[in-house]
Amino acid sequence: MIPAAFDYTRATTVDEALTALASSDDAKILGGGQSLLPVLRQRLNAPELIVDCSAIDEIKGIDAGGDKVTIGAGATHHAVMNDPAVKASVELLAQATETVADPQIRHRGTLGGSLAHADPRADQPPVALALDAEFTIAGPSGKRTVPASEFFIGPFETAVGEDELLVSVAFPKYDGWGSHYEKFNRTAQAWSIVGIAAAVRMDGGKIAEARIGLTNVGGTPVRATAVEQALVGASSMAEIAAAAERASDGIEPFADEDADVEFRKHLARVLTKRAVAKAAGIE
Amino acid sequence: MQHISVNVDGTQYEGDVEPRTLLVHWLRNEVGKVGTVVGCDTSNCGACTILMNGRSVKSCSVLAVQADGASVTTIQGISTGDDWHPVQTAFKECHGLQCGYCTPGMVMSAIDLLGENPNPSEAEIREGLEGNLCRCTGYHNIVRSVEKAAELMGGAK
Amino acid sequence: MTETIDTSTPLGRPIKRKEDAKLLHGRTNWTDNIQLPGTLHMAILRSPYAHAKITKLDVTPALSRPNVIAAYGADELGDLNGSIPCVWPVVDDIVMPDFPSLAKGVVRHVGDCVAVVLATDPVHAADALEAIEVDYEPLPAVVNMQDAIKGGTLVHEDAANNVCYNYPFATGENYDDVKAKADVVVTRQWANQRLIPAFMEPRSVVAAPMGMSDEMTVWSSTQIPHVLRVLMALVTGIPENNLRIIAPDVGGGFGGKLQLYREEVLVTQLARKLGRPVKWTETRSEDMVATHHGRDHIQTIEIAATKDGKILGLKVHLLADMGAYLQIITPGIPILGMFMYPAIYKMDAYDFHCTGVFTNKTPTDAYRGAGRPEATYAIERIVDELAAELDMDPMELRKKNWIKHEEFPFTTVAGLTYDTGNYEAATAKALDLFGMDELRAEQKRRRESGDTVQLGIGISTFTEMCGLAPSRTLGALKYVAGGWEHATIRMLPTGKVELVTGTSPHGQGHETAWSQIASSILGIPVEDIEVVHSDTGRAPYGMDTYGSRSLAVGGQAIKKAAENLIEKARIIAAHQLECSPGDLEFVGGEFKVKGDPEKAQAIGAVAFEAFTAHNLPDGVEPTLQGEATVDPEDFSYPHGTHLAAMEVDTETGKVTLRKYVAVDDVGNQVNPMIVEGQVHGGLAQGIGQALYEGAFYDEDGLPLNANLSTYLIPAAPDLPSFITDRTTTPSTTHPLGTKGVGEAGAIASTPAIINGIVDALRPMGVTDVAMPATPMTVWKTIQSANQAAKGGQA
Repeated sequence: MIPAAFDYTRATTVDEALTALASSDDAKILGGGQSLLPVLRQRLNAPELIVDCSAIDEIKGIDAGGDKVTIGAGATHHAVMNDPAVKASVELLAQATETVADPQIRHRGTLGGSLAHADPRADQPPVALALDAEFTIAGPSGKRTVPASEFFIGPFETAVGEDELLVSVAFPKYDGWGSHYEKFNRTAQAWSIVGIAAAVRMDGGKIAEARIGLTNVGGTPVRATAVEQALVGASSMAEIAAAAERASDGIEPFADEDADVEFRKHLARVLTKRAVAKAAGIE
Repeated sequence: MQHISVNVDGTQYEGDVEPRTLLVHWLRNEVGKVGTVVGCDTSNCGACTILMNGRSVKSCSVLAVQADGASVTTIQGISTGDDWHPVQTAFKECHGLQCGYCTPGMVMSAIDLLGENPNPSEAEIREGLEGNLCRCTGYHNIVRSVEKAAELMGGAK
Repeated sequence: MTETIDTSTPLGRPIKRKEDAKLLHGRTNWTDNIQLPGTLHMAILRSPYAHAKITKLDVTPALSRPNVIAAYGADELGDLNGSIPCVWPVVDDIVMPDFPSLAKGVVRHVGDCVAVVLATDPVHAADALEAIEVDYEPLPAVVNMQDAIKGGTLVHEDAANNVCYNYPFATGENYDDVKAKADVVVTRQWANQRLIPAFMEPRSVVAAPMGMSDEMTVWSSTQIPHVLRVLMALVTGIPENNLRIIAPDVGGGFGGKLQLYREEVLVTQLARKLGRPVKWTETRSEDMVATHHGRDHIQTIEIAATKDGKILGLKVHLLADMGAYLQIITPGIPILGMFMYPAIYKMDAYDFHCTGVFTNKTPTDAYRGAGRPEATYAIERIVDELAAELDMDPMELRKKNWIKHEEFPFTTVAGLTYDTGNYEAATAKALDLFGMDELRAEQKRRRESGDTVQLGIGISTFTEMCGLAPSRTLGALKYVAGGWEHATIRMLPTGKVELVTGTSPHGQGHETAWSQIASSILGIPVEDIEVVHSDTGRAPYGMDTYGSRSLAVGGQAIKKAAENLIEKARIIAAHQLECSPGDLEFVGGEFKVKGDPEKAQAIGAVAFEAFTAHNLPDGVEPTLQGEATVDPEDFSYPHGTHLAAMEVDTETGKVTLRKYVAVDDVGNQVNPMIVEGQVHGGLAQGIGQALYEGAFYDEDGLPLNANLSTYLIPAAPDLPSFITDRTTTPSTTHPLGTKGVGEAGAIASTPAIINGIVDALRPMGVTDVAMPATPMTVWKTIQSANQAAKGGQA
């Protein structure tokens, strides 16, 4: 099956993309296309206009100058997970990105595309949330920045407006933090049933600071703030486990074939314990 | 219609395509590269895997217009038939194929994998091929084939 | 490979495959590659409902869409709307509803064909589907078999209580009498879930009218070109002699392409009507609802035994989901399983009953193993449960009850006579490779320490019946076709050989293996033998490839054809060498005069003499060929012992297959490399059933996971490398001593996996885990067991 017919514009600059987006009430941005093309092929969606942003070089770079690592929205997963600065300063993002789909999809798919698509099952949004990433969005009236806490609005819904384009995501540097992304799925190709993004700063064998994001336990990624607070001072598996019990506080998971509400909440707790332990190097 | 120019297996092809045309369909129907096949509509099976600008991609999940200016290598471009790519040799030696439908994609993924990691462990091979489904071999002999290919290409221990 | 290899003949050697060069270079001829001038492309409007009345259908708006040439619903198609036949009416009073290619007024499953559009390209054909005006009045859907048989909504009006057939079968002593003598009776109910074959090459069919005399060539991605030809002639009325069916390169089948499909009939009928080629290639999403499914049995099984572990009898009651219609052998699948429930065990009584049930789901039919995996699962699981009940080691219980090697041939309670087998030898080898003692010790350690990850050991000592089958037996079972196979071997004047087979490979390596058989007899090099197959124009006789029959039956035909060829050649050679045929021995491709080895003539030279015919003995016809059509003496009974070490994460329910040992006895092997490959692939599918796969529906009969992103077949990281080996107990009913192997891995592995998971969790009170054993299923099972344990204490 191939997509229903659409008009097509290939943008080579952000301004061209914005102009194109403004020209239609029913435009879709094509980044790497790894989420969009299967949807179009199955004709689950049939936009009037496709604005191809995969040739906009200005949004593909990764810049580690200053106190942030700023990743262009068009940087591929493969570029992100292999970037030395990302690996050194935002290791959790590299770890989560390695679990995204498969090599071919990581060669085409982009970080920005995945974040803007905001699939609740996607592995990178909770990383961005937990690490307080900052999103730069370009629109008709210029650029604006949105903190991660305000970026994810609902399933497949973000702060990016219809006439806007996500251009970059800046991550504060977490040099020296321990991190782990715990992906739990049924087969290698399957989406996360639950995923846990955990980063901890250790001080004298104790957790001094923790950042925890949860994948696929609700319509948006979830920040497990109660766990983060409870983890401060933890130095043993028992203490981590006790803190991780709060991973299901306040979450409202949905039920599907892979997990009902009870099991998802259970997984959130167990996997948070495991992810934090691995991030902290505590057994 | 959009005009595109793509280097496929060393030859430059030009043509006009509807924007919605998938790269795999353009390769098969317009360029005649029928060695590359379609196995699904959700980008799971990887049967359509090719190299685009040197990296493995699923040609069912790329629009033909997006390949404008790119260099594409298909299963039909990695050797002439008289000479064999070491990955092809290894798949035959190790019985890494049965029906052969997943094979073009599997071989192209293996080439990409070995390019990035010339000496992969079994786990790395399995992870590296996670985007390609095979229903015949249980992957056992595909893994052996990639190990053998690494050896033939001089990467193995 | 541990077998000693005789290098004097290619038989038994792991020769690299002839097939591989083209497959590895992309120089393949899949059906979808076929592009004939003037081709019309068909797209199908399929039902989005499980059960509905079509209250309006107007295809005419599609006709005004670009590039559209024609569009049809059932009304427009009229007499060309052929009905799909079922050739296995298992009982006299079976209900066999009409199964039209395009639905007539009612749709009965999601994916049922409603209308077709033909356009000059596939894209515009697909686009035009949305122009068809169709209204449905949804009807309640029959989804669950247990509800279906209570009546209410009917899938077909003539099938009361949705029952297709009832099939009782009782052998040996009266089961209830035997049960009365038993100390222990264990009863279980299992769902052997619905699976989707998911071969990698989607189905595709091209039909092209030839000339003006109703001749038609049909290329189809099928396992059964020969059977298809007969059925297509019957359905369409095209004279069989005018039909040529070609299965080009076919990318896997696993039973899923053992079929005459609606789409094949539609394409052929429309090519005939429109007088130009018509083509259709399915999308994967279509495949998942329109290609027949497999399994989907609810099994109630009861085993009766003495307290010291002697099995006395077995009772099996099945509900078998037919789906919405009967396809080619839908009703027969559970009946193939019927014979296998007693498996390798001796017992006095067997009571079987199967009810075939219609539901508003995709029709079921053969999928790798077809009935035998279901049976093997049930018996191998219940034997473990019996062992647990008796507090016996599950392997000891098996040993106590299985047929001992000195007892062959052995007639089972189900009435099959197993020619040979050696369960002791296969088991001993498997245990050795597995390291059972170490694993049991580790299991004990993990149990005692209360480890989060528990270890379980799963056993499956399976046998199966394959190589379908003696034609008389098939007739007695009401299967309409025979079970013979044909081969013709022609010596060409240049010394090359054309070997024509009636088997139809789609990944099995017949071109290589059949060459090895012929080469070993004719003394002609493997590379000089061309295997001709899968084209009724070039290989007119055959019964095709399914049920692990190709070597088991087709191999016999090749052997006999080669021997017949040699006998004719012997007469010609004797004439040339001026001796009597009896004075000649045929060694290494040469006829030699006994006692005078200088006087010899190579088979190639004989072939040339037969071609020129200048100097043939009186009464001998020119050309040199041998042919044979062989009906097998019996089924083939491969067996083996499979062992699985399963790690179960009790905190998350996630299961990991750590180690898998498969020792199979398939008798003599023609090509051990191919045999091993067949085992590997079967294992992956059987493990897939146990852990990952299952086609699920909601209460409205809508499929929940009908694409490859949700119907999870294992990828490389989901499986380990396998440890495989063989024991060799040659078959005595098959002249090559071989047995079938295509389905063995799929049949054996599913119960080994589940037995391993249950073994890991049994101390927690777990006695069963449903398939597929997903993390949630396993975790919930553990929670229930914990609850029960707490309840027991309270």
